[in-house]
Amino acid sequence: MGTHAELEAIVDRYSGESTALLQILREAQEIEGWLPPATLTCLARLLEMPRARVEGVAGFYSFLHIERAGRYRVLFSDNITDRMAGNSELLDRFCNSLWLERGKTSEDGLALVDTTSCTGMCDQGPAMLVNGWAIPQLTPARVDEVAELIRSHTPVEDWPAALFQIEDNIHRSDMLLDASLEPGAAIRAAATSGPLATLEAIQCSNLRGRGGAGFATGLKWQSCRNATGDMHYVVCNADEGEPGTFKDRVLLTRYADLVFEGMTVCAFVIGARKGFLYLRGEYRHLLAPLQEVLARRRSDGLLGNDICGQPGFEFDIDIHLGAGAYICGEESALIESLEGRRGIPRNRPPYPVTHGYLQQPTTVNNVETFCAAALIALRGGEWYAGIGTGKSTGTKVLSVSGDCVRPGIYEYPFGVTVRQVLEDCGAQRTQAVQISGPSGTCIDATEFERRIAFEDLPTAGAFMVFDESRDIFEVASNFVHFFAHESCGFCTPCRVGTTLLRNVIDKLHKGKGSQHDLNQIFKLSRLLQSASHCGLGHTACNPLLDTIKRFRPAYERRLESLEFEPAFDLDGALERARAMTGRDDAGAHLRTDE
Amino acid sequence: MTAEGKTASFQLDGATVPFEPGQTVIQAALAAGHYIPHLCYHPEFKPHGSCRVCTVEVDGRTVASCTLQAQDGMEVLSQSDRLRKEHQTLVQMLFVEGNHFCPSCEQSGNCRLQAVAYDLDIMSAELDHLFPNRPVDASHPEILLEFNRCILCELCVRASAEVDGKNVFALSGRGITKHLIVNAESGRLADTDIAVTDKAMEVCPVGVILRKGVGFRVPIGERRFDRQPISAQAREDAPRRPTTGNEDST
Ligand SMILES: Cc1cc2nc3c(=O)[nH]c(=O)nc-3n(C[C@H](O)[C@H](O)[C@H](O)COP(=O)(O)O)c2cc1C
Ligand code: SF4
Ligand code: SF4
Repeated sequence: MGTHAELEAIVDRYSGESTALLQILREAQEIEGWLPPATLTCLARLLEMPRARVEGVAGFYSFLHIERAGRYRVLFSDNITDRMAGNSELLDRFCNSLWLERGKTSEDGLALVDTTSCTGMCDQGPAMLVNGWAIPQLTPARVDEVAELIRSHTPVEDWPAALFQIEDNIHRSDMLLDASLEPGAAIRAAATSGPLATLEAIQCSNLRGRGGAGFATGLKWQSCRNATGDMHYVVCNADEGEPGTFKDRVLLTRYADLVFEGMTVCAFVIGARKGFLYLRGEYRHLLAPLQEVLARRRSDGLLGNDICGQPGFEFDIDIHLGAGAYICGEESALIESLEGRRGIPRNRPPYPVTHGYLQQPTTVNNVETFCAAALIALRGGEWYAGIGTGKSTGTKVLSVSGDCVRPGIYEYPFGVTVRQVLEDCGAQRTQAVQISGPSGTCIDATEFERRIAFEDLPTAGAFMVFDESRDIFEVASNFVHFFAHESCGFCTPCRVGTTLLRNVIDKLHKGKGSQHDLNQIFKLSRLLQSASHCGLGHTACNPLLDTIKRFRPAYERRLESLEFEPAFDLDGALERARAMTGRDDAGAHLRTDE
Repeated sequence: MTAEGKTASFQLDGATVPFEPGQTVIQAALAAGHYIPHLCYHPEFKPHGSCRVCTVEVDGRTVASCTLQAQDGMEVLSQSDRLRKEHQTLVQMLFVEGNHFCPSCEQSGNCRLQAVAYDLDIMSAELDHLFPNRPVDASHPEILLEFNRCILCELCVRASAEVDGKNVFALSGRGITKHLIVNAESGRLADTDIAVTDKAMEVCPVGVILRKGVGFRVPIGERRFDRQPISAQAREDAPRRPTTGNEDST
């Protein structure tokens, strides 16, 4: 374990605050690459909290290891786009070259290799994370290079910088990505017109949240401003966990000032003195650059006391790094995580605007929403309302990936057709597009005249393209696995239902399915939609329902019979015995398929 | 009371249910003797909303009735065909998620999962079993933890923290790997400060937290839910102030 002194230093850096538990665990893990039992005990003592709570939090997040995990933790991103780009073959090659078994820490404690949910590099996949650091554009040569660096025990800090080079790939920009805002301009504009007029501009712009749900931003800010509390908080949701989405990554890389500017304007309007940026763990590489931007803004008087010379306007921003949990993008789970807990969605009402961080009024918005808000503060609500469609004003930044020539970032005024986007990114013979990720909608070629807008195809930004060579069943199967892995486990329908769905899909995958299994999918889907506690469970069956409706042959091909087939695989049940005895000969198998 | 001074009430499957301000739908219903199936709800604790077995329908929306604030004039359905099927599937999910062999279980007859299942006419699991591998913890001289039957209701977690002030239990893991843990570096119950008189000992709705040496003291057939179905015992679950640990635990 880390020495007591090392752990004490980490805890002290966070002033022993229990809300920092996740940050503390993340840093404590860097000492040895995992969190041994004694480390958890020591941290619990230092933080004066029950050990079981510390272990409960450590056990929740994918990137925290409470079992020995090796000096190098290598996680291959496993979104469908990574799959299509050949991540499975690369993973096998990597495991073979290091003599490793996937999911098992090597005996010598050198490395652990496994997969992880989409890491937000779909425009430059396949990608991996090594000890939390992103490496995109994997090729056999790059994978071999990584294996060699590990074999030679080279510390990750000393690896060639070229491995970690990440591209922005902006292919179409509009008013948001074209805006070159002088830092402080939007805050000064807000300060000149005052909080109420700024709020009015946001309301009159009809800006709607860009994180998926499309809630009216002005209304949210107003409710939060009017809510009573000791402190008000601003939270920027940079968890960006939806597979296929990576626009927040680019906004935070290139437009960090605009994001912080929007958060500061929000603080001015709602009367907050403290803000948080919740950055997904997969974007660890952005932490230091973002902290530099914050430091610069502090020294320029854009954060801290008397911001822009406004007496009494005080605001600062902390960055919290997540640790691998899609559910922490859900705003109330995000707040739980910010408070140092397991990321479990809260019972609502009350909503974060009245009872958010530490039960105080809190405004949570997406990265892109804050960017748009900054522009509105500067240029006015009417200007903004003139762009886009009636119900969807402004522009949308799309993350385009999959089967196209130019994957990357595309910004359009709302109302653009799917066909237009497909043309611009150089997609050909397109079979289907997954709009807004697994929790969104899968559309087929008859629907490409549909429009990206809240009134037709709402989206948080993901736009994954599948051409005619793809098996749509594989797409759905990947998404079903994603939800089973990311269910927080709080409520029964989602915890058990996503796993049962995964098992059904795997059964179909093996060609063992029957009509009974399809019926089972419908039954479970209905229950998930109606009885789940949060949006994850409500949308977890979308990929199945959408694709069964539009691509039924992809499923029927896999049905062995139209009647019942048992899920229990007699021969498969002997697998463990075979592994234990090291046998795989004919005598160690039962033949059940003749 | 409403502004006009008459008692506020809502409709539950056609019956009028009065409620006090701050009560949730299930609390008011149980106090009035109307049963809505439930597992993670307990009359002495703040509603939790995780098992979803108490799901009802209000204005076409389905919600957990344990966390739904009662409102005057609300129309609540708990017994439609559709809801009944959903309740059944939720309970079946809890069965297949663990390993339940009722005939050899000490809790049989006192078990709420079993009682709710009988009450919903559940005859088989219907879903594929997950057959998890969950070793038992027999380390403690007086207490056995049979994790195979855990339904993750968190009642022991809540009781230990809120009533016993001990935090003996917590949850770890995520999704289907979520599981109960105890507050000890060794992971063994024997190394915690649990006592048989703790509140956490008496709240388990199923057969996970068992007192050693007292098994089958009350014969099968004469136990709580053998005598009367759970749906006939609604009032027993009307909200009440928390009592402290087991008094008659000898
Ligand atoms: C399972 C789940 C995951 C979510 N993930 C994100 C996310 O990664 N980023 C995000 O901005 N919003 C996410 N949301 C939506 C948030 O709950 C919330 O609505 C949003 O952050 C509000 O900001 P907005 O109004 O600016 O969109 C998610 C919601 C759910 C149910
Ligand atoms: S629906 Fe899924 S993710 Fe949401 S609370 Fe329930 S278990 Fe957790
Ligand atoms: S806990 Fe209840 S349902 Fe489970 S085996 Fe025991 S009696 Fe049966």
